Amino acid sequence: MTKADPASEPLVRLAGAGARASGRWLVRGVDLTVRRGEIVTLIGPNGSGKSTTARMATGVRRPDEGGVRHAPGLSVGYVPQKLAIDRTLPLTVERLMRLTGPQPVEAIRAALEEVGIPHLARAQVQTLSGGEFQRALLARAMIGKPDLLVLDEPVQGVDFTGEVAIYELIGRIRDRTGCGILLISHDLHVVMAETDTVICLNGHVCCSGTPESVVESPEYLRLFGARAAETLAIYRHHHDHTHLPDGRVRHADGTVTDNCHPDDGHHDGHDHAHVHEAGHDHAHDHAGEDRHA
Amino acid sequence: MLDGFFLRALLAGIGVALVAGPLGCFIVWRRMAYFGDTMAHSALLGVALSFLLGTSLTAGVFVIAALVSVALLLLERRGTLSTDALLGILSHSTLAIGLVMLAFMSWVRVDLMGFLFGDILAVSNVDVLLVWAGGAVVLAGVVARWRPLLAATVSTEIAEAEGLRPERARIAFMLLMAAVIAIAMKVVGILLITALLVVPAATARRFAATPEAMAVLAALIGAVAAVAGLAGSLAWDTPSGPSIVVAALVLFLASLLPWPALLARDGASGQGRQP
Repeated sequence: MTKADPASEPLVRLAGAGARASGRWLVRGVDLTVRRGEIVTLIGPNGSGKSTTARMATGVRRPDEGGVRHAPGLSVGYVPQKLAIDRTLPLTVERLMRLTGPQPVEAIRAALEEVGIPHLARAQVQTLSGGEFQRALLARAMIGKPDLLVLDEPVQGVDFTGEVAIYELIGRIRDRTGCGILLISHDLHVVMAETDTVICLNGHVCCSGTPESVVESPEYLRLFGARAAETLAIYRHHHDHTHLPDGRVRHADGTVTDNCHPDDGHHDGHDHAHVHEAGHDHAHDHAGEDRHA
Repeated sequence: MLDGFFLRALLAGIGVALVAGPLGCFIVWRRMAYFGDTMAHSALLGVALSFLLGTSLTAGVFVIAALVSVALLLLERRGTLSTDALLGILSHSTLAIGLVMLAFMSWVRVDLMGFLFGDILAVSNVDVLLVWAGGAVVLAGVVARWRPLLAATVSTEIAEAEGLRPERARIAFMLLMAAVIAIAMKVVGILLITALLVVPAATARRFAATPEAMAVLAALIGAVAAVAGLAGSLAWDTPSGPSIVVAALVLFLASLLPWPALLARDGASGQGRQP
């Protein structure tokens, strides 16, 4: 499934990266590599440090510990998690494409064709539906042919059919341009099937792996249908520790520690349960029986 | 009958309006009207300090307005009070300190009303030159920083991730604002500067399809308001600064009329639907 060339120089590499704000660690010990042609998906509950990790990967935020290395001259295309454009700002889709750099008319038309909204070139962005707006943002991010696309929850506010269509589109963009993609999703269990690596975050890297084999799962096919199966995959994963409500961590070996640093000797790999947050505690081996445990 | 003083007033008013329009668009887009107000109010502290230190008024106002915006940035980072509350504190305390200081300086005779509401009919040739030279510098700055400023207005995160350094653009914007306040103070006065920034930009919104068009239109609408306001001020002997703001308001209200419907019906059936 992977189209990444493992020998190629990584576009971005985080090594033991961590970020803190007002005396609290937002995320620690993140190891992450994105290569050309590779799709890496970050999943995790709210507040687990996904966006912070993405910000460290784009270079917007400097890690407070660990390191980050970018390929020389790395260009980034970014779709932010939240974007509300004030109604007082007159902005057509066409003009949005030229937001961070000049673009020839031809390139704008091609980008809008690619995401399927060429008819909206002259529409004001505030009038777009959720799905149309996400497509426009995607077109804007890829129009400058960046080496790395960072997409922070690109399917938010999009219904399920639209979600499948946008994931297909992301896959096509990767195939055609060969860029690396760092994708962020708050959905803990459903990721894009073409993802090469899934990284589950909760203040640190809880686990990571590939989503493959999941597509063949019969429960999954029954649940979402064949077309979705080509695009989405259930991510079955297990954790070696449990986050307790008071912030401490219970490890698989029964010990309880104040935090969850990867080098504390309590992590053995991949077989355990995880309490992600209040109202969202679940053991991590749903085999596709439900999208939201 | 264009007397010398009236011609100078026209030139100064048009000059300030041309600069205030584009900058005012950013104020509107970024919802920073109160921020602009705060910087403008701090100008009186700049005036008082200039008298105390014997420096030029324009320089004093520019420096204080810039310092206030830096102070706001630093206080915002500490995050203990909301921006709204910080603006309220800075805005009125700088104005109050300025007034108190002026009261203490009994050797200084100041026309307080002139500073608060503008005294455009008293502008000198040097003032006009200052408005146009300063205005040209500010406009050049806006044009040079247009892309990062606009990108950061749409999304700071996009601008930052794609290497446009929005923090730099923000500091540049604050310096440009401070410069506009320094040159506009004489024309509309520190209490009305925000109106000259915001009202023409809001008026231009309905007629513009792109940010660039809105900036140009705001500048032109501001210039029309300046001319109309000054003409009214001369005809009816009203204070010039407030007259310009009233003229801008009339243009804004006119922009709310359903123009496409009115033009389509050729005015036959009168009022259309309000937007």
